[in-house]
Amino acid sequence: MELLEFARGPGLVFSLAVLIVGLAWRIYAVYRRPAKADLSEPRSTAMAAGAARAILSRMWHHETFRDQTLVGTLNAYGYHIGLAIVFFGFVPHIAFVKRLTGLSWPSVPGWLFVAAVGFAFVGLFYALMARLTSPVLRLISNFDDYASWTVTILPMITGMALVHLSLDSPYPLKSTYPIPVAVHLLSVELLLLWLPFGKLSHIVFVFLSRGATGAAFARKGAAL
Amino acid sequence: MSGPGLPPLDLGQARLSVQEPQVRYDKQGERSDAERLAAANATFARDFGRTAALYMESCIHCGNCAEACHFYLSTGDPKYTPIWKLEPFKRAYQREAGPFAWAYRTLNLKPAVTVAQLEQWQELVYDSCTMCGRCTMACPMGIDIAGLVGLARHALFAAGLVPHELWAVAERASREGSPLGATPKVLKDRLEWLADDHEIEIRVDAPEADVLATFSSIEIMKYPESLVATARILNHTGHSWSVSTRGYEATNFGMMSGNVAWQRASTMKLIDAAIACKAKIVLLPECGHAYTALRWQGAAMLGRPLPFRVLHISEFLAENIASGRLRVGKIGRTAAFHDPCQISRRGGATRAPRFVLEALGLELRETADAGDLAFCCGGGGGVIANRRADALRYKAFEIKMHQIDATGAEIRLTSCANCRQTFDDGAAHFHWDKEMGSLLELVADNLLEPGTDLSPCPRGEEELTAAASY
Repeated sequence: MELLEFARGPGLVFSLAVLIVGLAWRIYAVYRRPAKADLSEPRSTAMAAGAARAILSRMWHHETFRDQTLVGTLNAYGYHIGLAIVFFGFVPHIAFVKRLTGLSWPSVPGWLFVAAVGFAFVGLFYALMARLTSPVLRLISNFDDYASWTVTILPMITGMALVHLSLDSPYPLKSTYPIPVAVHLLSVELLLLWLPFGKLSHIVFVFLSRGATGAAFARKGAAL
Repeated sequence: MSGPGLPPLDLGQARLSVQEPQVRYDKQGERSDAERLAAANATFARDFGRTAALYMESCIHCGNCAEACHFYLSTGDPKYTPIWKLEPFKRAYQREAGPFAWAYRTLNLKPAVTVAQLEQWQELVYDSCTMCGRCTMACPMGIDIAGLVGLARHALFAAGLVPHELWAVAERASREGSPLGATPKVLKDRLEWLADDHEIEIRVDAPEADVLATFSSIEIMKYPESLVATARILNHTGHSWSVSTRGYEATNFGMMSGNVAWQRASTMKLIDAAIACKAKIVLLPECGHAYTALRWQGAAMLGRPLPFRVLHISEFLAENIASGRLRVGKIGRTAAFHDPCQISRRGGATRAPRFVLEALGLELRETADAGDLAFCCGGGGGVIANRRADALRYKAFEIKMHQIDATGAEIRLTSCANCRQTFDDGAAHFHWDKEMGSLLELVADNLLEPGTDLSPCPRGEEELTAAASY
């Protein structure tokens, strides 16, 4: 079996299966733990609204913390949005998803793709520099932080190598450069494999955690 | 990677890290390390419910919580980063209870937590955290770090690893019913003396009462004027009320130190006293953590919803001013208000004192970061009872002192005797010429007797509705 064949076939299926089963297990393992009913007299019963409010309001910091957290917040938005545009807006990626699911959508303009790549790269490297130079971040960081950063940047690096090659190739990349394409796909699969086990799972837990606090605090009428 | 001003990076460790917290701890009892660890783990496993697990899975190590913590901001020491205060507990969760615990154990990806680590973290969990919850407000994941610190204290108490002074007052409260020696006899003598001295009626152990008044031992022993003020206000509103020697101590050092059995015993005294006199309202004193202990955790201690309302004194004042039952005169001065964290930010009663201040005709000059985002005074969560934390507490207090100074207000008020005590102590330490006053006492000093036609009351329907939502 060729490497590309493996990456497009069993490798992809396996990594997607680990992603789905791993995330499902992680969520189940949390929710199977006992939950005590809050018997106190509620100040408000609008707990669902509180959960929704917390999910939305924590998208941005309180004004009080602006000076300390603005740069980090903007940077995080920069590379999150950049990564999303690169993944969902680039023509080969849309074609890849269409092959798997049948779904497709219009691609983004070239200038936006280039800008998104820039934001993602600069943002991810800025985040790493901040983690390595801030005494607070260095203290609280562990293997997960650096592993998650690595598996996120790898598809960007292998993908940019392909973009470079595509400039000289009149044919589909998979036929002219099967190994680089396979390496790119495998780097994405590494990301999928790691996601359920590390902090990248915040793609799910951000909503669950904010929602739980929002509901509990709304019950008390406490600040969100 | 080390540079000027940065702690050394220890590459020999299993993870990138800086120095461990300074070893500075107390121990209770004579037990082996294995027994202490087993007790901590058992408590930890019992406490670790769904929400705590959810929080443990959600941290992205962004460090934003540090920027909210008065202990980090006043020292710049990264070990005071709130989420770091939970590090051994996070490790224990991942190894013993997390979704991939079997892998962590089998491959030893997270080494088991040791007693030495729990001893090291005692300072971070007790000395440098007031459980004020400001870090919760800064967390982009919404993790309630203060709540998790409360759970960490349960484990440390079970292991007999509590700052000794805090343990001693908690133990005394459990044994005598009061952390400061305000036994039922002391209370009764004191109330008799205050009633005589101030020529005021104070009802004690009435068989039936609509309102059960409770106090904090700080008030009983240090600020007895608050007891008089409570009596004046209740006599003024005309409520049927009483103090009960069966349950009067609202402080709960069991909760602050991490002993759930002592917490339950203290809370049950209040609940039993309220049920015995068929109280409709249990009136909590100017005490922050008393509000958390009974208002939000009392029903869990009883095992069913409380058969009475629980009101902090500031809520009671606001409700009765709004209904016209309590009439106060206008003072016409400027005032700064210090929000007790457990009542405002974490208790949901931020608006009540402001309503009272407005009724008193005070021009409120808010501090920077007022209300829900106010800085803690530094003495909450049992920190002021822990003398070895004094130097750190004073650093945190400086933030608040400067913020209060910056308002330029003529008077300073709060609604927590523990905060007031922290301000008194801080003022003495810094030779600060300001005094923190009691909102309750100010109201009592400015009551309008019936027949005084100065206040347009009762208030309108809108204000009654607003008061009901406190």
